Amino acid sequence: MNLELALAAAAPEDRPYTVTELVEGARDTINQLPPVWIEGEVSGFKEWSSGHWYFTLKDRTSAIACMVWSQDARRLAEAPEEGMKVYAQGRLSVYTEKGQLRFTIKQLLPRPEGGFHALKVERARKALEKDGLLDPARKRRLPVFPSRVGVVTSAEGAAWTDIVAVVTRRWPCCELILIATQVQGDNAPRAIIRALSVANRFEGLDVLIVGRGGGSKEDLIAFNDEAVARAVAGSRVPTISAVGHEIDTTLTDLVADLRVPTPSAAAEAAVPDRLELLRHLDGLRTHLGQAAGGRVESAGLRLAAAGSRMEGAVTRRVQDAGHRLRAAVRSMGTSCASRLAKQSALADQYGASLDALSPLKVLGRGYAVARAEDGQVLRTVGDLPAGRAFRLRVTDGEVPARSEAGS
Amino acid sequence: MKGESKGPAPRGATPSLQADLERLEQIVQSLQQEDLDLDKALALFEEGVGRLREARRRLTDAEVRLKQLRETADGSVDAADLG
Repeated sequence: MNLELALAAAAPEDRPYTVTELVEGARDTINQLPPVWIEGEVSGFKEWSSGHWYFTLKDRTSAIACMVWSQDARRLAEAPEEGMKVYAQGRLSVYTEKGQLRFTIKQLLPRPEGGFHALKVERARKALEKDGLLDPARKRRLPVFPSRVGVVTSAEGAAWTDIVAVVTRRWPCCELILIATQVQGDNAPRAIIRALSVANRFEGLDVLIVGRGGGSKEDLIAFNDEAVARAVAGSRVPTISAVGHEIDTTLTDLVADLRVPTPSAAAEAAVPDRLELLRHLDGLRTHLGQAAGGRVESAGLRLAAAGSRMEGAVTRRVQDAGHRLRAAVRSMGTSCASRLAKQSALADQYGASLDALSPLKVLGRGYAVARAEDGQVLRTVGDLPAGRAFRLRVTDGEVPARSEAGS
Repeated sequence: MKGESKGPAPRGATPSLQADLERLEQIVQSLQQEDLDLDKALALFEEGVGRLREARRRLTDAEVRLKQLRETADGSVDAADLG
């Protein structure tokens, strides 16, 4: 039934429609439309205390008010965020109080190229950044002359074929080792992580290319997986990310030691060009020849020069020796004399010091020392009882003495 | 491509080629700068020529080998030739 029919059924014959008749007629007609899927961008999301969700879905030119009943909102895991692109399934209805067209949603799904996926990638990127995995200082340099190049990619894909072609041309002196993995589909992240683990358990890989040929955004989803990115970041072997997409940067690109746009570019970055190296070797050969030639020439010149110098050198040496001998004799004489003078001056100095310390010097100033017959110095009144004989040392000799009766 | 990231360049596992190159540069430098006696200079020259020949041979005779890593039943990993 269409709108025209519903209104015709309710039409009064002798007066205009009331607003209610118009709106309810529209509602009744619209309510008969089957549920549909629509796509749009979320705007103005609001969750009411009742638990119902209200927001607008819009595209470039139109918008429609949407709601999700609380029981349906509880079933949908995540509330949509501003700007998120979604697929929504529901029915059109009319909010009669405002005469508004409304889309009542039962299902809400992220659109793969936007919506939840973009949000998830952005969240993962932030988490990787927080853990320091995007720090440019983490990036390692690749080996100059790799002998084992690992490639984590699909065995059937164009990426492997392209890499084999480039390495065969540029650097055939290496082993090219495939670690085959699924690169798209739901199981791809787990498969890639496993392949990275296998590659890292194998001893002797010098560099590891991780990637796939070009594909749509959906095809590259595995390389935007946070766990895959962490596995790449954790690789012991330096990594080159080559996810065939010129425009988008994947999480794998961000954490790899080197990011290139295609598998062929990865192969070029992984190995040197042997033609360049052969040219370098030719240059070295030229240098070697020149250097050795120069050495031989200069050796010849030195030989001739040495011959002519030898005679003069011998004569000069004999003369030198004579001079030195004479000089030595002269300097010996003067050095002996000056040494003696120095020593006698020292002796005078020591003598003067000793003299100053002598007790005789003190006696010379009028002091005397009383000593017993055995030489003991008598210092106190107690040492000198009446009648005690002793000796008195004065500056120029000793005299016998005796103590008078005490006072 | 190379040289834009940081840290020392790791030695590739073609050490003989890399060692040959390093030694060659060293020999040229010694011959150019050092006050070598003639015998030693000639010995260095001969060594240089030998290493050059060897490095060239390694680069021109090589043929890329394709392999594939496989996990064995005991969880270890080995490389098998790829057709």
